[in-house]
Amino acid sequence: MTTASFSHTAFFQQLKKYYTFYTGGFILFVLALAVAEQMGMSRTWIGYWFLFATVGLYAGIGIMSRTAEVAEYYVAGRRVPAFFNGMATGADWMSAASFIGMAGTLFLSGYDGLAWVMGWTGGYCLVALFLAPYLRKFGQFTIPDFLAERYGGNIVRTIGIISAITCSFVYVVAQIYGVGLITSRFTGLEFGVGVFVGLSGILVCSMLGGMKAVTWTQVAQYIILIIAYMTPVVWLGIKHTGIPVPQIAYGYVLEKVTAQEKKITADPKEQEVRKIFADRAAAGKAALASPDKAYADGKTKLEQNLADLKIANAPADQVTAAEKAVAAYPKDVAAAKANWTKESGLAARAAPPRPHAEAFPGKDEAARDVARLNFIGIVFCMMFGTAALPHILMRYYTTPSVQQARVSVFWSLFFIFLLYFTAPCLAVLAKYDMFTHLVGSSFATLPAWAAAWAKVDPSLLNITDINHDGIVQWAEVVIGGDLIVLATPEIAGLPYVVSGLVAAGGLAAALSTADGLLLTIANALSHDLYYKMIDPSASTTKRVTISKALLVVVAIIAAYVTSLKPGDILFLVGAAFSLAASAFFPPLVMGVFWKRANKWGAIIGMAAGLAICVYYMVTRYPFFGINMPLWFGLSPVSSGMFGLPLGVATIYIVSMLTSPPSKEVQELVEHVRYPNLKGDTLVSEAA
Amino acid sequence: MELTAKHEEYWHKNLVITAILLLVWFVFTFVEAWYAREINGITFFGWPLAFWFSAQGSLAIYVAIIGIYAVLMRKLDLEYNVDEGDLE
Repeated sequence: MTTASFSHTAFFQQLKKYYTFYTGGFILFVLALAVAEQMGMSRTWIGYWFLFATVGLYAGIGIMSRTAEVAEYYVAGRRVPAFFNGMATGADWMSAASFIGMAGTLFLSGYDGLAWVMGWTGGYCLVALFLAPYLRKFGQFTIPDFLAERYGGNIVRTIGIISAITCSFVYVVAQIYGVGLITSRFTGLEFGVGVFVGLSGILVCSMLGGMKAVTWTQVAQYIILIIAYMTPVVWLGIKHTGIPVPQIAYGYVLEKVTAQEKKITADPKEQEVRKIFADRAAAGKAALASPDKAYADGKTKLEQNLADLKIANAPADQVTAAEKAVAAYPKDVAAAKANWTKESGLAARAAPPRPHAEAFPGKDEAARDVARLNFIGIVFCMMFGTAALPHILMRYYTTPSVQQARVSVFWSLFFIFLLYFTAPCLAVLAKYDMFTHLVGSSFATLPAWAAAWAKVDPSLLNITDINHDGIVQWAEVVIGGDLIVLATPEIAGLPYVVSGLVAAGGLAAALSTADGLLLTIANALSHDLYYKMIDPSASTTKRVTISKALLVVVAIIAAYVTSLKPGDILFLVGAAFSLAASAFFPPLVMGVFWKRANKWGAIIGMAAGLAICVYYMVTRYPFFGINMPLWFGLSPVSSGMFGLPLGVATIYIVSMLTSPPSKEVQELVEHVRYPNLKGDTLVSEAA
Repeated sequence: MELTAKHEEYWHKNLVITAILLLVWFVFTFVEAWYAREINGITFFGWPLAFWFSAQGSLAIYVAIIGIYAVLMRKLDLEYNVDEGDLE
């Protein structure tokens, strides 16, 4: 496994040296920009510096790691040390949604949002115990490779290719969307231009050097994203807990948040605002019940009012106001209906603040039980989906040995853990800060960050004086989840350079995930479809060239789909996990742990898991308009709860009804179960 | 090749280790989540306990599970002579 001229220890030492220098260099770069900011560099230029310096850096690593060798291109030469593979997996794993969206979700949904935190970390236990060491021993290039070898035949490989491409493509669109959003927000470039700049960075990197370039870039990206995430949290932590490691001390801050929630629930001014919303919602609902009558009545009332004022010779400004009200009245019933629907939606804002620490809040026992089931559903699907996503599993082909693959999963989760156990802390600190500094402040003297963000983007922060008392009530504040991470530097009172750093971190998270996903898709097409099924005699140069060409094509298609701005990306991402859990997890794990699993079991099992998953989503997700009643109240995102058990059961039953797999296949199973079987004639590792 | 009884024993021990660690994983994930409302009644350094587990405790346990697995399997590999030799 090791060549005489290659020393793993020396390689590790060398990498350590490079990345230490690199980290130091990056910190100096940030400090230099901080000094430049003090000397008067504009915000736009700080944004440009961060964008072009980091994207340029990733492209540079790509150029240095260029290769045309098959093993280098597909699996980075299988010499990535466990520690660095862990960092690369961390960057691969943590997407724009984790970096920017996670803390916001936790801010908005409290305990119930922790389902995502648990789901996206606990899945690595399954990767470690069931998959990574065995896939590494198997030692090919892709996940469909394993399925095809284990179960035999092109049908299994084809289902594998289709599933791998479907979940990766859905996911990559979300990443490119994130790239466009971040670059356009922080540099003022247009959304399309932002996508283009980010995408060219990805392409230079992964096209020239495949997995090898992607790996070393992802390590660099992990370092940037973790520095960017931690810096503002540490500052905010010192402000509210007095220590720079707020993760271990924010329990007491959470206590204060809970106390504050109770105060807000009971406060008469807060109740007044909530009552206004409740009344408006009720009026909207009543109008929707008999729209034609309500429309006519409303119009007559306004016109009557205007006429009365005119007869009574009221002051001119009152008359003008009444005229404006008449002019602003909806043109027809349809427009009025849209208005009323919006108004009746205000019912949500009439509710007291959601208790942050309480698990599964609900109006009665039944509602709480449904909330609990959905919590477990999300945890379940995210975990098993994690253990079945091809772009993650592929990473464990790149370590030098089976033991290194096991250790590598440990480092992967460790590096992911650093960010995921910080996100809930950030959410609590941000909420406490808003409860103490925003709520109760006067509209004339809002905190600087709140005034700025409310002006820039009302979808992220909207504060309106509903009851006209000049004081901010919590019920008057509407927050978009993404605000939490984006605005934390300003909430903590840090200079703009830290906001630029956070943007660079978010960009690194989005680009690194997009890199890994695009490579997975291109590999499934070039290696599995073209080389294994269409032209098995293709030369290695031709295979790598085709893969590079496909990468560009896939990237362009993905960018095009992104530019259409498909709605509800979060649902799509969740759906990708459920689909992966249903299609891949049962055949992969049973393939290793149950020798008797055979071809037809795998084919029908995968098809059944996928089918029930898709059926449940299509018939239950509102987008498709069918809206059949939910089973046990389980949301369609968690349809893997049905798909996975059905897949396992089907593989078992069909395998038992058909003949056992051949002796060669059984030997392959034995082969992957032992890191090194002395006297084993089977050598599956591909060069 | 034919597997020896020693080999079968290695695989069996591997399954036992996997099963025990999986049980720990299950308890700190699904049992914890199922009884979250009850567990939240206990306060731990300011946190309601279930909140602390879901936000930090279970996550740290996941990291530990994977670390322990890697160490135990390395030992088992050496004991049953199926290790990959010293990877220098």
